[in-house]
Amino acid sequence: MPERPGDRPLPGSAGSSLFSRLEPLLEQVSKPIQYVGGELNSIVKDWNCGGVGPDGQELTVRWALMYPDAYEVALPNQGVMILYEVINERPDALAERSYSVWPDMEALLRREGISQFTVDGHRALGDFDLFGVSMSTELGYTNLLTALDLAGIPLHSRDRVDGDPIVIVGGHAAFNPEPVADFIDAAIVGDGEQAVLEVSDLLTTWKSQGRPGGRHGLLLRLARTGGVYVPAFYDVDYLPDGRIKRVAPATSASGVPWRVSKHTVMDLDAWPYPKKPLVPLAESVHERMSVEIFRGCTRGCRFCQAGMITRPVRERSITGIGEMIETGLAATGFDEVGLLSLSSADHSEIAEIAKGLADRYEGTQTGLSLPSTRVDAFNIDLANELNRGGRRSGLTFAPEGGSERIRRVINKMVSEDDLISTVGAAYSAGWRQVKLYFMCGLPTETDEDVLQIADLAKRVIETGRRISGQRDIRCTVSIGGFIPKPHTPFQWCGQLGAPETDARLQKLREAIRSDKRYASAIGFRYHDGQPGIVEGLLSRGDRRVGKVIEAAWRDGARFDGWSEHFSYERWMRAAEEALADEPVDVAWYTTRERGESEVLPWDHLDSGLDKDWLWQDWQDALNDVEVEDCRWTPCFDCGVCPQMDTNIEIGPTGKTLLPLTVVKAGKANLLERT
Amino acid sequence: MARTPEGPPPAPSVQKLRVRYAKRGRLRFSSTRDFQRALERALRRSAVPMAFSAGFHPHPKISYANAAPTGTASEAEYFEISVNERIDPQRVRTALNEALPEGLDVLEVVEAPPGSPALADRLQASDWVMEFRGMPVGSLTDAVAWLLAQERVEVTRVMKKGPRTFDVRSAVVSLVASPAPDGTCAILRAVVRHTTPTVRPDDVLTALYSVAALTPPTPPLVTRLAQGPLHTANAMVADPLAADQDVNGTIGGDAQGSASSEV
Repeated sequence: MPERPGDRPLPGSAGSSLFSRLEPLLEQVSKPIQYVGGELNSIVKDWNCGGVGPDGQELTVRWALMYPDAYEVALPNQGVMILYEVINERPDALAERSYSVWPDMEALLRREGISQFTVDGHRALGDFDLFGVSMSTELGYTNLLTALDLAGIPLHSRDRVDGDPIVIVGGHAAFNPEPVADFIDAAIVGDGEQAVLEVSDLLTTWKSQGRPGGRHGLLLRLARTGGVYVPAFYDVDYLPDGRIKRVAPATSASGVPWRVSKHTVMDLDAWPYPKKPLVPLAESVHERMSVEIFRGCTRGCRFCQAGMITRPVRERSITGIGEMIETGLAATGFDEVGLLSLSSADHSEIAEIAKGLADRYEGTQTGLSLPSTRVDAFNIDLANELNRGGRRSGLTFAPEGGSERIRRVINKMVSEDDLISTVGAAYSAGWRQVKLYFMCGLPTETDEDVLQIADLAKRVIETGRRISGQRDIRCTVSIGGFIPKPHTPFQWCGQLGAPETDARLQKLREAIRSDKRYASAIGFRYHDGQPGIVEGLLSRGDRRVGKVIEAAWRDGARFDGWSEHFSYERWMRAAEEALADEPVDVAWYTTRERGESEVLPWDHLDSGLDKDWLWQDWQDALNDVEVEDCRWTPCFDCGVCPQMDTNIEIGPTGKTLLPLTVVKAGKANLLERT
Repeated sequence: MARTPEGPPPAPSVQKLRVRYAKRGRLRFSSTRDFQRALERALRRSAVPMAFSAGFHPHPKISYANAAPTGTASEAEYFEISVNERIDPQRVRTALNEALPEGLDVLEVVEAPPGSPALADRLQASDWVMEFRGMPVGSLTDAVAWLLAQERVEVTRVMKKGPRTFDVRSAVVSLVASPAPDGTCAILRAVVRHTTPTVRPDDVLTALYSVAALTPPTPPLVTRLAQGPLHTANAMVADPLAADQDVNGTIGGDAQGSASSEV
């Protein structure tokens, strides 16, 4: 029989493969391919690639990276893919990936006593030095606990000892890591590329010096950099009414800063990752090659945490983008390219990029997509260009708010006439379906604001029918509950309760259905209010919420982002039990409006945004005052650039994309020689 | 307003190639769809000048034949591709092997002569080997004897449209139990005719369980050694590409009947 690649010679020793024990289980689980690894562009490095120091110290830096969701969602995650490659390029370091196992596999692992494993070397998570977890959504917290527990790593950081991995979280949810403070050793906020290398350096130095101070010593070194938050080194005091009194460095942790800074990578062209994107064998949610064309956004949408915490805007150059796509397609064989960012049509040279790519890949059956949702006619031109000759099925726009008033509140500057003329342009260019994204439960919102979505959708259909001369055009309204997030101007606002959200959506549904002339042409998709309350609790929670997470997890909470696994009742039960002795409850964390002077659980994590500016922006929101984009108007002092010593990095560069000849060269090699 | 694709229609197909590949090691857990996606990407990476179908969603012209079930390994899987420029089969074999993940290995590429009968028609039977780790050969030998003594052995399998009951015995051409040379496991060789519904190795196992309560300690490692025309006289599965090789005058890969040497 051919040798099975997972097997390694030293069973039982650290870093040895568990594959031979896993293999019989793979016969019994759904979609076993997600656990076998071996994806194109994946890598398994020597466990001792870092060698040993002069006194016999082992010096390899070993990261296990996890995105705590199912493989099909987790594998395409760009963050993990980038860090995986950045770390593995370093000769003395290795990174392997781990994903959440489905309940069928979890049960078998427990029965057989097998650890949570990496899919690359099938090594036990507990064997690694560092366990890096990318938390882009709070609904992955219970999956993090499952992974720790399956790996035999103590759930609480205070119970971990020398030899246990350092558990580090990153990603957007890490901007308020307090709800998981008990379970993690450290959090890193902001861009990860440079940060993982700095942590790796620190680990190497600590190892080469004979691991002074053990685990505690290493954590102290990390915390003293000012860029790694170690919750155990900070004490939280509460007021009698339940609000936070103070968060301060613990007396035992000398030299630890009061506030921990986010990391910001400048010059994206110097970080062209992923160079070799992973290509899964199993089906995944994004079957394409993604290129981040810029990072950050200063549109200033007040609900948008991503836009607030990733400032300033840093563009990748048109030529940098062209090179990444060229090498990425050659390395993967993907037939679709997605140009990613928070608002892709805003790249200073997007028209040149779209035309250049469309020219380059014409006739190669390569799809190009721009998942931008900006509402203007320029966006239609771009979509047309990227879609040359293809079938024009659907376009998506995100007005976010139903009425012009509420759009001023959220600072999404789109008038109704803009929207109608944009969809008119889409229908006249042959697009047949328009999707519109909205939110429900925005600050100051009334039923009337939401009901205007129905009028808008009807106007869209009316316009489409008039312009296309056809009746079979469609508009889909997709709407979800708004969840206030940390580090945004809405971090103080009260979230709309689940019953109120559901009632408002019900009224909207009736308003759409009531008019027979349009009802069949308008699709309506909405999310129930209940999951939003749990997400809201986890988003703006403090350390006391950790007990809720643990109780829900012990009661079986897993995969909370999946509606078929999510249970609102379980979470409410857990909250009632865990917060019974506290002066706070779920409503206190979610639907309560906060005051200006309240200490927020994440105030000591520095996103660069000035809290006074955020408060002013919150007041402006309440007064329907809009704010411009600092890329084309003067700085409005959000605070990020001076605080983080960064600057906006945008074009234009004036360069263009030249035609490619590589594809032809590859083919010539295959032709029959006569 | 209905639109038609702009530009000229796709270039016509000028050559059809038949490919035999293996699914090995941990990649035996890949499904048919997993393989299809991997192949399409490998064809793009290796710049094979694929012929495409017309229309708004052009697809590369590939036809897949009778893939082994998820979880089973195989030394004899087949597909055909059509290309719009003549290419050298051996170069394609090398290029595809570089582009596919290790464990999906292209073994043989031959040109299909114009007008040659469909490959699927030649795939009449499969030769399977099942490796039962940690099981004495005796119980397997007994179970095989019991099964062969029956005229019909019906099994029920849940398919997409619900449970379906069908006979396994009539599809089984030969069934031989033997000990592994090193004595660590029992080995079952099965030549099974391709019927509708297909009798899969796990159906044979279900049948063995139903006639003789055979319950292996762990699921066996299953590998398809060959599929092709069935020579009933000696229960041999022949090489389905042999006819094409004769026409091409090329020497193909290993003869199918002796594929067991790779096991």
